[in-house]
Order: sequence, then structure tokens, then C-alpha cells
Amino acid sequence: MAFQSLDVINRSASTSTPPQARGALEVAKLIDISKCIGCKACQSACMEWNDLRDEVGVNPGHYDNPADLTAQSWTVMRFYEEELPADKGLAWLIVKDGCLHCAEPGCLKACPAPGAIVQYANGIVDFQQDQCIGCGYCQTGCPFNIPRYSMKDQKAYKCTLCSDRVSVGLEPACVKTCPTGALAFGTKTDMKDLAGERLVELKARGFEKAALYDPSGVGGTHVLFVLPHGDPELYRLPKDPRVSPLVALWRSGVAKTLGVLTMVSVVVAGFFHYMKVGPIEVDEDHKENPS
Amino acid sequence: MTNNWVDIKNANVVLVMGGNPAEAHPCGFKWVVEAKAHNKAQLIVVDPRFTRTAAVADVFAQIRPGSDIAFLGGVIRHLLEKDAIQKDYVTSYTNAAFIVKEGYGFEDGLFSGYDEAKHAYDKSSWSYEMGADGFAKIDPTLQDPRCVYQLMKRHYARYTPKMVADVTGVPEGTFQRICEAIASTSAPDRTLTSLYALGWTQHSVGAQNIRTMGMIQLLLGNVGMPGGGVNALRGHSNIQGLTDLGLLSDLLPGYMTVPREADGDVETYLAKRTQKPIRPNQMSYWQNYPKFYVSFMKAWWGKAATKENGWAYDYLPKLDKVYDLLAVFDLMYEGKVNGYVCQGFNPLASAPNKAKLLEGLSKLKFLVSIDPLVTETSNFWQNHGDLNPVDPSKIQTEVFRLPSSCFAEEEGSLVNSGRWLQWHWKAAEPPGEGKGDPEIMAAIFNRIRTLYAKEGGAFPDPIRDLTWDYKIPDRPSAEELAREFNGKALADVPDPKDPKAPPLAKAGDQLATFAHLQDDGSTASGCWIFCGSFTQAGNQMARRDTADPSGLGVTPGWGWSWPANRRVLYNRASADPSGKPWDPKRKLVWWNGAKWVGHDVPDFKVDSKPEEGMSPFIMNPEGVGRLFALDKMAEGPFPEHYEPFESPIGANPLHPKVGPNPAARLYAKDKAQLGLPGEFPYAATTYRVVEHFHFWTKHARIPAVLQPELFIELDEALAAKKGIRSGDAVAVRSKRGRIVGKAVVTKRIKPLKIAGQEVHTVGIPIHWGFDGLTKPGYISNTLTPFVGDANTQTPEFKAFLVDVEKAAAGKV
Repeated sequence: MAFQSLDVINRSASTSTPPQARGALEVAKLIDISKCIGCKACQSACMEWNDLRDEVGVNPGHYDNPADLTAQSWTVMRFYEEELPADKGLAWLIVKDGCLHCAEPGCLKACPAPGAIVQYANGIVDFQQDQCIGCGYCQTGCPFNIPRYSMKDQKAYKCTLCSDRVSVGLEPACVKTCPTGALAFGTKTDMKDLAGERLVELKARGFEKAALYDPSGVGGTHVLFVLPHGDPELYRLPKDPRVSPLVALWRSGVAKTLGVLTMVSVVVAGFFHYMKVGPIEVDEDHKENPS
Repeated sequence: MTNNWVDIKNANVVLVMGGNPAEAHPCGFKWVVEAKAHNKAQLIVVDPRFTRTAAVADVFAQIRPGSDIAFLGGVIRHLLEKDAIQKDYVTSYTNAAFIVKEGYGFEDGLFSGYDEAKHAYDKSSWSYEMGADGFAKIDPTLQDPRCVYQLMKRHYARYTPKMVADVTGVPEGTFQRICEAIASTSAPDRTLTSLYALGWTQHSVGAQNIRTMGMIQLLLGNVGMPGGGVNALRGHSNIQGLTDLGLLSDLLPGYMTVPREADGDVETYLAKRTQKPIRPNQMSYWQNYPKFYVSFMKAWWGKAATKENGWAYDYLPKLDKVYDLLAVFDLMYEGKVNGYVCQGFNPLASAPNKAKLLEGLSKLKFLVSIDPLVTETSNFWQNHGDLNPVDPSKIQTEVFRLPSSCFAEEEGSLVNSGRWLQWHWKAAEPPGEGKGDPEIMAAIFNRIRTLYAKEGGAFPDPIRDLTWDYKIPDRPSAEELAREFNGKALADVPDPKDPKAPPLAKAGDQLATFAHLQDDGSTASGCWIFCGSFTQAGNQMARRDTADPSGLGVTPGWGWSWPANRRVLYNRASADPSGKPWDPKRKLVWWNGAKWVGHDVPDFKVDSKPEEGMSPFIMNPEGVGRLFALDKMAEGPFPEHYEPFESPIGANPLHPKVGPNPAARLYAKDKAQLGLPGEFPYAATTYRVVEHFHFWTKHARIPAVLQPELFIELDEALAAKKGIRSGDAVAVRSKRGRIVGKAVVTKRIKPLKIAGQEVHTVGIPIHWGFDGLTKPGYISNTLTPFVGDANTQTPEFKAFLVDVEKAAAGKV
């Protein structure tokens, strides 16, 4: 992988044609929950590599710290205690939350600032904060509730999948640091193959419903999960995430056409108004006393 | 560890009990994940809490804190009852067949020889019956009613599944399932690895917890096998190195022992430690003790150590009694200690009963803290409100703080849990006035030596004569120290097999192995088990060859493993008596017709033919592993369940007259500070969480962000009863003090039914204090009792009693 993998194939609020001469492989990070011990080394590595330092908070009554994603915490571990049905006992489900890098990113579709959100040929969806206008539409557009707004600079932030590292052939910092191999990184094809092997192993171990999470409603993602218990909702992942139809409408051709039609009709109406009523005349009083 | 970290991947069953490696050893835990993913291993976790290790386990059992021996004793009963033992291994490699002397017995919770007044045993009846030939008697048929096998069977007959459920809280069905998984590894081609840590050691029966597992592994034939063993996951980086180098108060380097007053002269001292074999053709390796002792004394005192003066025997202190951590702090509390030097140690946070410690520290004339961080101990005199309610105007202790360096600011070797010495290089200079520990120690030593030279003194000799030939006397380098520990030849060491052959080592050469050490003063070695780590060929610890020809994770060219670069201890036992590996897929060492060879360095006499019958446990005079511990343990030759000193059920269900460990040491004033279940009804245990390392990482921003504040874990039923919700402030009280933290109400701890009573367990992580970047917090050891294991005096942090209540909002 090299710089060409960062060819921008999609840019918010823009119509530029993406470069197509070079082919790039789609990448993916695989999060295998069956191997994750919730050690938060990924959180630590994310802060180290990206020079992020969140506030020292409080214990909110559970293990999630920081308690939520923030502009300074682009990934957080979430811990869910679940009593499983059919006498399978207790499960402590540990889910690494963060951007899934959708193939059809809702944030990018929703973003009105040209070039503030880009999608690279390798599948990474990246925020360009210098273009960000801080409107927060990306939050509305995201079906996974990921982008976070910074009160410090009024811009939105999220996981970059370490696009800077990936562009020079390195794995993301969280993957590099994961001590148990719960995180893996490679081409999306390879990661799906690896997930397939894990599913075979998990099913043999009694996790009959084990499944890969790569939701098609957003065109698939570049962060994949191996879910030992299968059901995404157990892990608080949306079963069938989709970009809100309003966002689709807002950024779709229909909205654009409607907008253009409106503008054209205003001009047309103005023309007929002029032809019929004539120019607007300013009376003398107003000329003398402009208010 | 008998084995090593990488070797965990060879296991078929991983039993995590008395530890929580996913949180305390997340990097090493990768080998458990590897065993699961690539060896189809089953992971079993037995713990008072559903931990992050349990989150990836196949089977979890919640156990009452302090009931491990009841559980493991039940496992022994299961194995013997179902005959799920590796018979050939047990008869050939353990003392199962040995006959125990008439007079040994066990009744109502006590072994023979108990002296109630002294709280100690006369252990003379805990021994083998000896024949006229000077050898111990055995019955290979295991039928003799006094043979170890039969005695063991009788002892554990009481540990029925019902009793186990009653004492530990583990349901019979779950216990049965775990027993079956463990028993499956009695097959020669299956192994179980036992991973434990402070969850076993920090009990008044800590050493016996581990011994019970040792017995199980011997019965299953899993000691010496790849993927087997009894594996201590050490709690600090290089704590293995600390014990190897004898930094405990009664040890010398290489597990030699400090003489006691009762040892008398050097001949008696050595004779006691140089046991002859008590079975035919056995090695009894400690017969070499004089070689290790003399070489060590030559390393320390050079020419001043001579044959005539017993190799400077008089220079060694003679212990009148033990000076473990608890003993020293008790002396301090009694006002009998003037000065205390804490090096890389924060006892105010990490020793039990903070109030007692505070009182002791306040009676010192001076305290020296050598540490890279600001420790609570060095600031014990500061008032921090409820967190440290002292009156500084009443404390006269003078405190010296000497800033030292962190691991990345120095070079040297670290010994990991698997006994690997791995060299590391300096990455940065220590900040400010920080100096490496050797530099600080050297500066103090040289000043003291100068004072002795100037002013004389009662007995200046050991200080005056200490070998100190470092290039820069105030700054011994890591390499110089490492060379000294390895040792060198002081004169040519001739080859005993052929005196005309070139010497094994030439005068001045670094020694290649401890097999070359001599008892005539011609060799010096600062730590015999490290001999071979820094040879004429250079620094073996700095090697970084990852080649693993066997695929069993042996990697002989990576770092260096004591002893003799051996990766699995007792590996002779991985082969049957004829010298053929038990499992062709797990070949470690074997007899090739002429000698012992293999992927690992054989833990054996390499030319001892199998028919000679030498047994694999060469350190023992009988050559076999001990199911019956003879007189080596304080509280009995077989582990027995004793209640924690603070027990939520009061009486011991097995023998109501004998509750806690009858041989444990308990000072009178601490006895008065033990709580009873009436006032303190809940079982409590302390522990680490993954986000922090002891009391260090609270000084670093990122770990402080990841786990910012002291919390207390409670089960849902107890929380409901007390009106506590997650995130509320909760006060925890023991007989010794009170702390307040944030409540984490969880399904991961459940109330247990113990001896007909409902027992709740309260989880109390350590890590917080009044210094650092985390939210200021109480020191959890405010609560813990001042009593330890009967053998090691390791404090009982893992089982005590508390009460809990909702605290006023914002009162954290």
C-alpha cells in the first residue's frame, strides 16, 4: 500500500471526478470479539499515535472509560453484561466502538462542506478538519453515532483508521498494539477469509450463531466484527444500519433538481413580474432618507 | 513458571485459577488465545469474579474467596476416585509409593505434632519410613495402607462434590464439568497448564494453594511436559529476578539460604543443605551446594574468603528469626526500627492495614525512598484529609527522596516469569536528578565504606573486604554486574575426566556453566543459577534468534533462560522411564541410546542410562516429585482447607474446631483487629485491573484517563438491599478502616450459598492513592488484615471481611 491508496474517490459536497487510472485494494480492520479481553491497549495506542489526551474523568459506575467517544477519544471499549438464554450463563461482551468506515458513508453524504469528508480508494473515510464548518450534519448522517464535535475548535472528529500509517504500509496503531490478536488488518478480502476461519472455529466450539458483521445497508464496512453470539443487537450494533432517507434526500439528485427548479422558477417569475409590472421604482422620500 | 509464556500455546486445557492474566498479564495472555485458536484448547476460569479472562473462557466458576484448597482437594478426590491419573508417571516419578513413618496422622483439622501454645508443628512424624540400607521404603503396588497414595486417598475422601459446593459455592454440575476437563489431561498425549498469580499467593494458605495444584499436575503427569506445569505469573516486571538474586530477607542468590543462628558453623550450615540421596542411584543435586556457596562467597569477598575462615562465613548475617515485610512493619509499629530504605517499593499502598503502617512509619527516625515516582510512602506524613488523616506536626521522621530511573532509562536484564533473562537497552536519560539504582546504591556504599575506613567500627570487615572492582566505583555498569553474577574462573578449572585435556575454563575466563563451579575457591559466581548467561562467548541474554526448530516454542537462541538455558523444568519427565517421549507430538528430550538429547536442554544427568533408574526430580534427594511434602511446609504435608482469618461463615465446615491455618503467625494486636461476620458480613477481595500497573501508572495521563477513579464492585442483590446504584458513592468498612469509592453494580459477581448461608463478595481494586494524575482516592489496603501465609508471610489480601453502605453523594 502506498500513497496512491489515498486517492480520493469521493468528496463531500463536490462533483469532481475521482482518479481511476490506479487500482487500489480495499482494506479492512477485523475485530474478533471472541479474542478481545477489553484491555484498552487500542484506546491507549490511539491516543498515543494521534496525540490525543482526553480529560481524566470519573468512574460512571461501569468499566467504560472515557464513558463515550469524544473529539479526543476516537475509540472506546464498551462493556455489556448479558445473561444468555438457554442456560448459557453470563457473557461479558466487550465491543470496541469507533468508526466503521462504511462503503456508503452517511457522514459524507450529509456533509455540506466541500471536501470536509473524503473517501479514499482503500475504503477509509476521513475527515479533513480544515474544511469542516462544524455544522454537525455528519452526526445526523451516521447510522452508528460516531462523529464527535469539539467545543474547542467547533469541528468534528472520528477514527481515521490511521490513514497516515496505512498510506505508508503500516497497520493502524490499535491493530499494532493489540496483545491478543483480536484486531487484524489487511485487504478486505483477506479479512473476510480470516473471519470465515474464525467462524468455523467458533461454531465448532459451540457458538452456533457466530457471524460476521459487514452490514450491506451501508454498502459494507471497512471495520468488520466477528460476533461470537451472532445477533448484532446483543453487541449494541444496529441490525440493519442505513443512512437516513432524509440525508439521502438532502444530498440526492432529487434535492438538487428541486433546488435548481426552484431557482429557475424564481428567475422566470421575476421576469414575468418585470414584464407585467415594470421596474421597482424608488420614491423620493426614500432617496433622501435612506434608512 | 516451570514452563514459560510461549509454552502455554501447547496446552489442551488452560486452567486459570488464582490469577487473571487477561488483566494482569495481557501480553502474555496472547499465548492462551493462541492455545485456543490453534490447539483447540479449552479455557477454564475459577475466580471470585467474572473477570476479563472469564470473558473469553469456555467455562467459568465463581468461587468464594479463600476456598481454593477445598475446590482443588475435590479435584484430587475426583482423579483418584475415577482413577484418572497417569499411572506410570505417578508410580515412577512421584512419591506415591513411598511409605510414611508410623506416627503420622491427621485428625479434626490437625496433623500429628501440633503444639497449640506455639502455633507450630513438631514435624518429625511427617517423614518416610527408612530401611536399614539408609533408603526410604516404597511399595510400587501402592497398596500399603501407609504409602503416600493411600494416605492421600484417605485425606481427600472428605472432599466430596457436595462438600466442595458447600464450601466454595461452585455448583456440583459445574464442578463435575471442570473435573472432567482436568481429568482428560491424564492421557499421555494431553496436557493442562495451570496459570496462577497473587490470587493464590495472597492467602494465609497461599503456598498450599499452589502445592495442591502441583499435586494435581503430578497425578496427571503434566509436570515437565510441554503445555503443562505449574506456572506462576509474576506480579512485577523482574520480580522473578528479585527472588533469583535472593532479595528476600532469608535468601541468598540462587535460592541458597541465609544461615540461621541455629546453623552454628559453616560445616553444619553446609551439611544441612547438602543432602545425600535417599533412594538408590538418585542425583540429589543440592549435594553441589558447597560449590555454589564457595563460588558465591568468592564473588563477594574475593581473597578475604579462604578455606580457613569457612569462605568468610562469619561475614554473613545469622538470622535469629524471620524479617519478612509483616515482621519488619510490626517491629516498626512497636518502635523498634530506626531507619527504613524503600527501593522501588510503596509499602504504605501495597502492605496491609494502612493505619498500622502509618503509625510505624511515624516512629522511624529516617525513611529513604528510592523511586522514579512520588510514592504515598514518601509522603506518608502529609495530611490529605480523609485519604490520609495524619497530623504532620506530630511526625518527626526525616524523609529522603532519591529519584531513580524507570526501566527504559537504563540497560540491563529483566527476568520474566518464564525465567528468561532478556537484555534491554537504554532508550532515554532519566529526567531531572534521576539516577540508576546501581549508581545510587554505589554512592551510598562507597560513603559508608569510607566512614568505616576512617572511624573503624565494631565489625568493619564485611564492608571493607567486599569486592568492588568496577571501573567507575560510583557507577557499576549493568554489564559488569551481569558478568559478576555469571562468574569467572579464578584459576584454571581442570577437566575431571581427563586432567591432561585443556581446562574447562582458563583463569580469568567467564564460566560457561554452573557445572564448572568448584568448592575449592577456584571459581567465583555471584548467582549460580545465572551462570551461563554471560560467558566467554558474550552476553547470552542479548540474543534475539527467534528460530524454534521443534515448533514447541523452545527458541534456544532467544535471550537466556536459567538454569542452563533450559526452557521447561523437569523436562526429563516428558519422557517415559525408558527414555521415550510420552507424546510423540510433544518431544522435548529423549534418550538416544548413548545420552539424553532433545530440543530443550535436558534437566538431567545427560549420560544416565534409563536402566539406572535415576528419576526426573533431581533436586530432591529421593528423585521424585512430592505428593506428600515431608516437613517442607509449615501447616502440613497434605494441603488442607482452612478458612481465611476473616471468614464470612465463621466456622470451618470440615472441622469446626480448627478454622484458619493453625500454623500461621498472627500478632496479638492484629488478632484484636480481626472482624467477625456479625459486624462485617461480606467477603472481600482486592485485585488489579488491566488499565493500571500497581501504584505506578496513576502517575501517567493515558492510564489515568482509561481508569480514573477508585471503584467498588458489588452484586445486584447486595446493591439493591443497600439501596446502591452504579455510580453512587459507596463506603466499605473493615475492622481496620474505611474507604469510599464509586459503586460498580454488576452481574459478574453473584451471591453464593455457603454452608447454608448467603455470602456476598465485594470486589475492591487497588491502584489509587493521594498522589498521581488519577482522581485522588483511598488506599484500598486501608482495609486488609495484617496476617500472612504460614510459610512465606505473603499478606492475606484476597480474603477478608467488610461491610458496605451508601455514602453521601459527592463523598468520594
